[in-house]
Amino acid sequence: MTKKYRRRMIVLGLVFLTVLPASFFLGRYSVSAGSLLRILSAPFHPAGLEGVTTEFSVIFRIRLPRVAAAALVGAALSTAGAAYQGMFRNPMVSPDILGASSGAGFGAALGIFLSFGYLGVTVSAFLFGLGAVLLAYSVSRFSRLEGTLSLVLAGVMISSLFTACTSFIKLIADAQDQLPAITYWLMGSLASAKLEDLPFVAAPVVIGLVPLFLLRWRVNVLTTEDDEAQSLGINTGRLRLTVIVCATMMTAASVAVSGMIAWVGLVIPHFCRLMFGFDYRRLIPASILMGAAFLVVVDNVARVAATSEIPLGILTSFIGAPVFVYLILTGGEARA
Amino acid sequence: MLEVENLSVSYGAGDVLRDVSFSAAAGERLSVLGPNGVGKSTLFKCMLGLLKARAGHVRIDGKDIRDMKRPDAAKLIAYIPQSTSPAFNYTVLDTVLMGVASQLPAFRGPCGAHYDKAMDILKSLGIAHLSDRGCGKISGGERQLTLLARTLIQDAHILVMDEPTANLDYGNRFRVMERVEALGSKGYTVVFSTHEPNHALSYSTAVLALKDGAVLAWGDPAAVLTEDTLSSLYGIGVSVGRLEAAGKEHLVSIPYHRPAPAAVEREV
Repeated sequence: MTKKYRRRMIVLGLVFLTVLPASFFLGRYSVSAGSLLRILSAPFHPAGLEGVTTEFSVIFRIRLPRVAAAALVGAALSTAGAAYQGMFRNPMVSPDILGASSGAGFGAALGIFLSFGYLGVTVSAFLFGLGAVLLAYSVSRFSRLEGTLSLVLAGVMISSLFTACTSFIKLIADAQDQLPAITYWLMGSLASAKLEDLPFVAAPVVIGLVPLFLLRWRVNVLTTEDDEAQSLGINTGRLRLTVIVCATMMTAASVAVSGMIAWVGLVIPHFCRLMFGFDYRRLIPASILMGAAFLVVVDNVARVAATSEIPLGILTSFIGAPVFVYLILTGGEARA
Repeated sequence: MLEVENLSVSYGAGDVLRDVSFSAAAGERLSVLGPNGVGKSTLFKCMLGLLKARAGHVRIDGKDIRDMKRPDAAKLIAYIPQSTSPAFNYTVLDTVLMGVASQLPAFRGPCGAHYDKAMDILKSLGIAHLSDRGCGKISGGERQLTLLARTLIQDAHILVMDEPTANLDYGNRFRVMERVEALGSKGYTVVFSTHEPNHALSYSTAVLALKDGAVLAWGDPAAVLTEDTLSSLYGIGVSVGRLEAAGKEHLVSIPYHRPAPAAVEREV
């Protein structure tokens, strides 16, 4: 039993480790393995970067940020999805359930409308993503309904409110350049990921991932009814808040850097459950690896498949929707 | 020793529970009887320390449950909810292992020793062969035993069971109640709610009868569960008789139709 899962985890790890470096070779400007080796050995080579400067900037200034951002966003969204699904005891929940995505979307639209510049837009998206969830959480605290139910309802309400606000910004935005920028941003893309921005994504994602990874066995207990989990000795209020804070931070950071990328947070945890069972001790690491590898692959397709870049959100939907139909038709539990 | 003293609980207007007092010692099996909505679940939540009472106390070995931290309370009193289909199809073994949460620091999961202990408990309950099966794919009775195993690994000596036989078939009800009886003789205090007076008569050492949020009677099953008390509890006619079966004498209750005092019933 455990042996089977360990073998699968090793295979998944190897896939992740293959996909990542392989992505450096993909793109319109071809980089040979020889030049990659030369770049990596440049610090120890007498000639330094001479002769491979173009390759160097292609790899480090263009491809590395993109591949790293894709891996971070993929890992963040699928882990956040897995955590939220457990917390809400519902496998159909996605990371934007509490309004993180629509809040971030509004933040970005507002940033573009006020001509904030790239970094300003990212920060604004991140802050509004956090703000939306904080709002939903506060509303649910004052509700007299049962904990998770009021949280979901508040999330849906805040989500649609921010979506409406985004529509309003689109309405009043300049139709020549702001409106297309907002629309394109909302479709999701990693095309503008730059090396300097990586720490701004990496920090919140890692800060969110570490506690979830450490607490992952406890999240199992959170999937039981609230009374049950408390009687088992879990301080559910505190654990739930920790999960919300971590998952929200990761989601908001992801959306801030990549725009709306649908389905990853919903479908990847599903697949991980099919392959690794329900225990969060395996589910969280599996979601990290599979989510990262998946989004890196999809992003490779996005930048290589057509002459012009295909928005990532469109591609993940094209892949995610049929997969989801398959899950619904098979009951989502093909486990023997 | 579990002591409930003058417990009153209210949700907004009006008391759900009024001045409820009783106690249960080690080895005792206390059944809680009463019509739907009488406050049995509320009482259990207070006993587990999950709900704040308006007045009164719940004490375990002299200590107030509301003064304890969650993990400490979990080491003294455990809860077995009604068996419902779980949201995620955890295996029986993984479900049982959730019972050790109160014994582990936050960043740790169960290890080899916990697995061995879980398997021993599953063996003792006769469901070790199900350990790798998903909890969503076993019968209600098997799931109830799984939840029982989870509380046994929790190491608490007071077990609170919310209608352990709800949604179970005739055979599984008997199997689960047999386990309840065995736990009492091992020194556990078992408090269970039931809608079946015969279970209270056969398997409990004491009965708590609740009516309109207050204690109607508390004591020895044969003394408490008279025809009058049962009729007054449920508003139907009940006959209690003796039956010789399987070499033992049993007290058995049988309901029958009793024309209601029309005027009073209609007002309700």
